[in-house]
Amino acid sequence: MDLNRRSLIKGGAALGLGGSTNLLAYAKAWAQASPFKVEPNAKINLMRWKRFVEAEDVAFMQLVAAFEAATGAKVNVTNESYDDLQPKASVVANTGQGLDLVWGLYSLPHLFPQKCMDLSDVSKYLGEKHGGWAPSAELYGKLGGKWIGIPIAASGALMNYRISSMNKAGFKEFPKDTAGFLELCKALKANNTPAGMAFGHASGDANTWIHWMLWSHGGNLVDKNNKVIINSPETAKALEYSKALYDTFIPGTASWNDSSNNKAFLAGELHATVNGISVYVAAKKEKPEMAADMNHAYMPIGPVGKPTELHLPFTMLAFQFTKVPNACKAFIAFMLDAPQYNPWIGAAQGYLSHFLGEYDKNPVWTADPKTTPFGDIAKRTLTPAGLGTLGENAAAAIADFVVVDMFANYVTGREDIKGAMAGAERQAKRIYR
Amino acid sequence: MANSAVEMPARLTQARSERTAWQKLKVSPNWLGFWYMVPAMGILILFLAYPLGLGVWLSFTDTKIGRDGVFVGLENYEWLAEDSVFWTSVFNTLLYTTVASAAKFVIGLYLALLLNKHLPFKAMIRALVLIPFIVPTVLSAIAFWWIYDAQFSIISWSLRQLGWIDHNINFLGDVWNARWSTIFANVWRGVPFIAITLLAGLQTVSPSLYEAATLDGATPWQRFRHITYPLLTPIIAVVMTFSVLFTFTDFQLIWALTRGGPVNATHLMATLSYQRAIIAGQLGEGAAISTAMIPFLLAAIGIAWYGLQTRKWQQGGSND
Repeated sequence: MDLNRRSLIKGGAALGLGGSTNLLAYAKAWAQASPFKVEPNAKINLMRWKRFVEAEDVAFMQLVAAFEAATGAKVNVTNESYDDLQPKASVVANTGQGLDLVWGLYSLPHLFPQKCMDLSDVSKYLGEKHGGWAPSAELYGKLGGKWIGIPIAASGALMNYRISSMNKAGFKEFPKDTAGFLELCKALKANNTPAGMAFGHASGDANTWIHWMLWSHGGNLVDKNNKVIINSPETAKALEYSKALYDTFIPGTASWNDSSNNKAFLAGELHATVNGISVYVAAKKEKPEMAADMNHAYMPIGPVGKPTELHLPFTMLAFQFTKVPNACKAFIAFMLDAPQYNPWIGAAQGYLSHFLGEYDKNPVWTADPKTTPFGDIAKRTLTPAGLGTLGENAAAAIADFVVVDMFANYVTGREDIKGAMAGAERQAKRIYR
Repeated sequence: MANSAVEMPARLTQARSERTAWQKLKVSPNWLGFWYMVPAMGILILFLAYPLGLGVWLSFTDTKIGRDGVFVGLENYEWLAEDSVFWTSVFNTLLYTTVASAAKFVIGLYLALLLNKHLPFKAMIRALVLIPFIVPTVLSAIAFWWIYDAQFSIISWSLRQLGWIDHNINFLGDVWNARWSTIFANVWRGVPFIAITLLAGLQTVSPSLYEAATLDGATPWQRFRHITYPLLTPIIAVVMTFSVLFTFTDFQLIWALTRGGPVNATHLMATLSYQRAIIAGQLGEGAAISTAMIPFLLAAIGIAWYGLQTRKWQQGGSND
């Protein structure tokens, strides 16, 4: 048989087509029924965060292809890393051209709300059709009475740990409170199987777990009227707790960025950390024996007595100046429709959690019990604004690492508690002026 | 030089119609040079003066990304004056620039003198020296990021294998370690530019001067001090001006290595400005930080230009 490269490509293409014929038929039917009628010859420029799990990206591109086939629109997808996405989106917001849709990190639409298209009709349509939005979706997507972004999915920041190391440290199950967690970290350090979380300028990792720590002790950057209240005895307690934790950590966490803990964990040097499910997904592929020894847990509960987690929602916004508003709306609605959304979050293997009630039933949350905790992300997450309203102030405070730097200043010994809190208070007051 | 249009008494110009004055300007040989300069001026104004002016203007407003600001006077500067992070960044920038530029100069000059000698495979060695300069900054920064990694540093690993240390060196997690590490990376990257430029300068020095000096019994140090160094000063002035400017405004290296961490210990003014303006959306404040760099840069240029250019022909006189 004459099997050359060309015939292989042909075969592959035929296979791909065969697999997607059903999808295409369905997509066409969807486009007919959808309330959002795509403009003729619409071209959508979409920028999204760069994938962490390859299968997710593949499924996403299939979804894009189905949308193109069904509606005749062209979708041009660009991928940017976490840290480059926001500046690029900001520039586009300021210049008023270049992109139509941006799929970015938590507070992105709130950084330039005036430039975001009103997506209230899309959110209403989706909420009614797919079992309602989780309460956090409203906090992330809405400003005033208007939806300025649609939370597509969220990436959880939960405890990742090695079961054997935890058992050796004398714990049968993962501690549920902050006091127990500190004991575990101390024992892990004594066994030379340390824990570690980023104190560096890691936009994802450091912001999520450090806000958890602040809130778990009752500290807050602002109150519900956006008045700065960071300088408080509760914050001081959180700082003391962080110092105790830091002393048990693997060295170097003050310099860590978003990928440092993934690397150290997969190399077997780190035995507990706060991260998305990406470590586990990578381990399943490359180090099955490590994956078998791994598990996940909710963040421990602190003195305030209730969960205080912060996760990383990925919200999609459409720019007001887009020439194809209906195509943008249609794309968002199409993405979140069950025949797309279910296989896609399945492909993400737990990395992406849903905001719409219907998807609680997705098998990805039950097939492997180790991914189960990540199914509740949208129900558990708070917003980076804490008690305050999510808006450009909160987005700026997160981007300028106000809270992260306060903790890092204290744990590395650059400032005492008072100095660290006063510094953060001053910066926050400026941002919330 | 007579300039009829400029020197014409006001009374006379008023007496004539505007059109004739314009026609006069159009054809006046004294204005011809000006018309030739217009295209170049247009480009400079559009791409240099306008952005610079806009940056300075933004620094007096509270503009945020996606929203126009209002004039707030010196408010941004008043805030920065009391902002310890800003002063840390000023200190870091000065330290970074001074130490790295000095080190680059010394090493670069040494390399240039070495490469000016008759070495085997001279052309190849000269080409090799340029490698750090050719590699894109972001790539070399990522390489350094691995070299300095808290867990996987090749340096820490080697020293541990040798049994010299028992724990990893905290390159980027400790305040001063991080500063020296970033300076080292900058020096590594900047040396080739200086070495090659100085080498070019060295090759313009006429060998007959050295011959004469040798015949007069000059020592190698005297030859360097009284022939090489004076003839090299114009090149040194230019190359150090560039080096100081590039180092002062460095961004990529710090951003890729530390993002200004740990706890802002390696934030330069350029990185802090980017973080505040683009990432956090406070355009006005970020612009104020950038504008605050201008006096430092002007001072650096001034020193290099007037301090090092001691020879008359460089200042427009004849060289006798």
